[in-house]
Amino acid sequence: MTQINVRVDGASYTDDVEPRTLLVHYLREQLGKVGTVVGCDTSNCGACTVHLDGQAVKSCTVFAVQADGCQVTTIEGVATGEGESATLHPVQRAFHEMHGLQCGFCTPGMIMASIDLLKENPDPSDEEVREGIEGNLCRCTGYQNIVRAVRQAAAEMSGKAADDPQAEPAAVDTAAADHVAAQA
Amino acid sequence: MIPAPFAYARPSTIEEALQAIADGGEDVKVLAGGQSLIPVMRLRLAAPETLVDLTRVAELRGVREDGDMLVIGAMTTHADVLTDPLLAQYGQLIVQATETVADRQVRRRGTFGGALAHADPAGDLPAVALALDAEFVLAGPGGRRTVPAAEFFVDYLTTALEEGELLVEIRVPKLGEGWGVRYEKFNRVVQAWSIVAVAAAVRREGGRIAEARIGLTNMGPTPLRASATEAALVGVDVSLETVTAAAAQAAEGTSPSNDLNAQADYRQHLAQVLTRRAVAAAAGL
Amino acid sequence: MTAVEDPTSAVDLPPAKEVGQARRRKEDARLITGKTTWTDNMVLPGMLHLAVLRSPVAHGRITHLDVSAAKERPNVVAVYTGRDLAEEQGSLPCAWPVTPDMVNPGHPSIAVEQINHVGEAVAIVVARSRTAAADALEAIDVDYEPLPVVLDMEQAVQEGSPLVHDSTTSNTSYHFVFDAGEAGTGGDTEQAFADAEVTVSRRFVQQRLIPAFMEPRSVVVQPSGDSYTMWSATQIPHILRVMAAMVTGIPEHKLRVIAPDVGGGFGGKLQVNPEEILCLLIARRLGKPVKWTETRGESLMTAHHGRDQVQFIDVAADRDGTVRGLRVRLLADMGAYLRLITPGVPALGAFMFPGIYKFPAYRFECDGVFTNKVPTDAYRGAGRPEATFAIERIMDELAVELDMDPLELRRKNWINTEEFPFTTVAGLEYDSGDYHQATEQALELLGYDELRAEQKRRRDSNDPVQLGIGFSTFTEMCGLAPSRVLGSLAFGAGGWEQASIRMLPTGKVEVVTGSTPHGQGHETAWSQIVADELGVPFEDVEVLHGDTAISSRGLDTYGSRSLVVGGTAVVKAAEKVVEKARVIAAHLLEANADDLEFTGGKFTVRGTPGAGVGIQEVALAIFAAHDYPEGVEPTIDAEATFDPENFSFPHGTHICAMEIDTETGFAKIRKYACVDDVGTIVNPLIVEGQVHGGLAQGIAQAMYEEAIYDAEGNLTTGSFVDYLVPAASDLPHFDTGNTVHVATSNPLGAKGVGEAGCIASTPAVVNAALDAVRHLGVTDIRMPLTPERVWRAIHAGGDGGDRAAQGSNAYGGARTTESGIQEAAQ
Repeated sequence: MTQINVRVDGASYTDDVEPRTLLVHYLREQLGKVGTVVGCDTSNCGACTVHLDGQAVKSCTVFAVQADGCQVTTIEGVATGEGESATLHPVQRAFHEMHGLQCGFCTPGMIMASIDLLKENPDPSDEEVREGIEGNLCRCTGYQNIVRAVRQAAAEMSGKAADDPQAEPAAVDTAAADHVAAQA
Repeated sequence: MIPAPFAYARPSTIEEALQAIADGGEDVKVLAGGQSLIPVMRLRLAAPETLVDLTRVAELRGVREDGDMLVIGAMTTHADVLTDPLLAQYGQLIVQATETVADRQVRRRGTFGGALAHADPAGDLPAVALALDAEFVLAGPGGRRTVPAAEFFVDYLTTALEEGELLVEIRVPKLGEGWGVRYEKFNRVVQAWSIVAVAAAVRREGGRIAEARIGLTNMGPTPLRASATEAALVGVDVSLETVTAAAAQAAEGTSPSNDLNAQADYRQHLAQVLTRRAVAAAAGL
Repeated sequence: MTAVEDPTSAVDLPPAKEVGQARRRKEDARLITGKTTWTDNMVLPGMLHLAVLRSPVAHGRITHLDVSAAKERPNVVAVYTGRDLAEEQGSLPCAWPVTPDMVNPGHPSIAVEQINHVGEAVAIVVARSRTAAADALEAIDVDYEPLPVVLDMEQAVQEGSPLVHDSTTSNTSYHFVFDAGEAGTGGDTEQAFADAEVTVSRRFVQQRLIPAFMEPRSVVVQPSGDSYTMWSATQIPHILRVMAAMVTGIPEHKLRVIAPDVGGGFGGKLQVNPEEILCLLIARRLGKPVKWTETRGESLMTAHHGRDQVQFIDVAADRDGTVRGLRVRLLADMGAYLRLITPGVPALGAFMFPGIYKFPAYRFECDGVFTNKVPTDAYRGAGRPEATFAIERIMDELAVELDMDPLELRRKNWINTEEFPFTTVAGLEYDSGDYHQATEQALELLGYDELRAEQKRRRDSNDPVQLGIGFSTFTEMCGLAPSRVLGSLAFGAGGWEQASIRMLPTGKVEVVTGSTPHGQGHETAWSQIVADELGVPFEDVEVLHGDTAISSRGLDTYGSRSLVVGGTAVVKAAEKVVEKARVIAAHLLEANADDLEFTGGKFTVRGTPGAGVGIQEVALAIFAAHDYPEGVEPTIDAEATFDPENFSFPHGTHICAMEIDTETGFAKIRKYACVDDVGTIVNPLIVEGQVHGGLAQGIAQAMYEEAIYDAEGNLTTGSFVDYLVPAASDLPHFDTGNTVHVATSNPLGAKGVGEAGCIASTPAVVNAALDAVRHLGVTDIRMPLTPERVWRAIHAGGDGGDRAAQGSNAYGGARTTESGIQEAAQ
């Protein structure tokens, strides 16, 4: 067992861990941070993505001992405030607004990777978003609404959001809205 | 999956690292970024007795100049490579290839030296290092030695690193004025390893090719040089015809594998097409 | 607008309808913040962890199995083998005996003597931690005597082939036939072919796929006295409860099954899994809560796979393109065992091969074949993608044969909008649609003329990158299913769905549904429906599901059935609530119930403006029950069970424009446009999302995914390194649209959307690839369209799939042979 000190989502923890304990298992099983999930064994799916000292990493491919002395932010720590009154991170909000999730299992990792991308590139193109989240697999959405969500968040974070007609997802390039209206 | 248990050492200097390796028993593994090693350990395809974690060895990380050479610390992460000003100026081939390595999260942890020491022929950086005639500086209990890239890659996942040795830095020539580069990667999906890739650096003098360096990814158990093509390019006029003719020799001397992604003859065909494209782009065509 | 308008009149206006609004999902709040309840998040006091030792051999006998050392490992509580559990494990259920003489060899949850596929459970360690359990697996000593491995269906059905199961006389589980002539729904197929001016025959391979839901399966079982609670990452808590009770002998009323947050399914969690049964048995033995969570490797290797058919399809037509007959013969890989609906998947497809075309004659035959591979079962579309692929591919081949435009051929043969309802040669009554309209709209979305012009330019200039355009004008059957129809197909259950509505004293509404969502957004859509039906705010509705103690009756979520069947049950329950409330309201308003109008959540007396009572007020009044009519029970809660009388038939036109790099074989989608008609759209955001996700999976079948076994029966695509689930950069932007022709089989008019994109897209992609390179002599390319296959098809002919290399796809049901079923059966 090795003793580690980590700061996770703003709280400090001291724990003994086996060196082989993966960071994601430490978060889930010792800290109860079950918002971060495990989707694969091979570092492909990205569902376990967290920020380690501000950088997105796959927490299934980092040992907990390696996080000793580090700051970890999980999906549970990106909103500000607590409980129902918490203010969501713009990326969280955009995923909701743009229907960027269905089953939601990939979503924590997808959001954490997207936040990281926007830190580096605050105004990514569709193509850049797609490349920026290439380390995260989603089986439900076909990614299109995730791309929209990330771009919507980018716009909001740079303060040029509200009037963007692109902000109405179903109206962008589907005829659905019109037909529904015509039928009503 | 959970790795098998191991003893863990976290040195903070090269000296401590060498000592930890020496003390680690029969089956020591060096943990660099861990982005290949940890998955393999999770699948229990590797179960080292001791893991020596280099992530806190600060002196192994960073890029510096040494005359005409760039010196890249083995623990420089892929993300570091992508933002390094020296590499941006003199190391574009490395930068281009690194951009295609895995994904942003993996690039945050994965390291330049780790990828080279892993020596996966499907990895993107070994062929680049070979094309650049990189020099590998290895530290061991008896001091340091320098191994040229042509001798560093010995076989599939096997390098010239001896037991007890550590890859500390990689020296590559600066590619400045006159050089053009291109890393041409071919894979089925963005997450997949290269079926074949070609790293090309071409120096033009006027309308002619003065020098060409071409590394091949995944065309054998080690990275390879397309030597026949390189030779055929020297002194020729820069034109699609001359490049195409030279690239037709790109698969000479290669021995690619048959696997899930491709058979050997297809890989050899791809090597020619991708070499033509890479050289053409590097030569500014 | 005038200033003198009566302020109350605005209040009395009915609120805008919720159905049709792009409501943001209620589900998201917990999912985007990580406040989720995945099964693996569950921690119970004293909980033990299971790890499963899995067979590395595909076919063999266990000759030696010693678990004694594992039992001595630290923190290990117990180790079980098949022999330990043989008496109590029963057989995993197969609910769909498609023929009376179907051979079902039985399916143990853990192997006792014989192994029939790689990954089959051999022993189970129970330990205090997941880690201790995994460690102890390494201490188990086991030997196998290998048996000949049966992998290739076409070889497996030959006389003299080694058998997967000793107890059977052949590897054929069943022979299922649908003949329209015999059924009285069409003419004589043989005659149609004998008389035909043109016939085209093809052999298509539906490769084996893996559903690859993102959340690995997980099960927790908590015993409490003689009762058990099971949490499972399942699509089907209700069916699982019944089946698990029958398999284990635990009385049904002593078993509660909960599907908490479930991370995707796509049919892959429509199963009664061996590990669910094993967790129950072990929890019963130990009297302690147990958990099993699979690794991704276990998931890919042992969770059921999908597709895997060899399709022989013949079409007969006149020279002018009028189709005359269709003949389909399938070999369908069952894998080693029959799981829940393994044999039924190809049978479900049997009725959809004619697609949207007016074939006068049709015959379908299918052999279900055992091999030493993991069982196949439902995967998004289940039978219908296979059928749609075959018909949409062969229509293109027929067009080539006739030198006709593929769209012209389709137009000539498809059902025209005025012909609905239309009874097909397979005996199905298609409800509604307009194939012409959807097609015209899709052509426009794509920018068809421009792309055709570009294709010609590229062709004329012999560009190394060629462009092709492929169509899929599809229909599917959704809303599984009329119970009587399921009965006639020998399915082991009905197809109804149940809903109940509870009116709480504060006027809030609880809707209990038997549909079990795992990403679809039922909570949002059902709230919209109920908000309209009861005239209550969307926010006042809470949807409860996925727990057999809360939602006692239900048939769960699959087959694009939830909205069509489950949503209708909600409507019916709401109608009952309104009728019950009407009686109370009439009493409160001292009016005749027949004189009450109900709009916007309020009962008013016709012709008496102003007076009225809201349904939420009625809820409080009846809770207090101080004043209600004699002879009426004091509740307005209601429940309803809806059993549809017909399927619904979504349709659409999907068009793919594909670039092929002829030098490398690399295929890249240039543009994808589709127009789907899914009937009434309750929530356009959710509908669009479902289409996107379906497209991604359908395109992935065409281009990327294949479960590949090597010659020893090892799954070589056992991780996400080799099983290529596309990432964002691998997929194009989708241009989607809708037409709306309401379904006639349910009051919502909804047709179902969950599978549409997945069913429609695959042939459009392959047709596009072929259109790009057909002028180079290519007639077929086997899925997935790997660059190597495309390149070989261009440069060496064939379909590019005939790769004899080691570790090739030779055993994915994809061996190249010209022998058909009839020949093979001799």
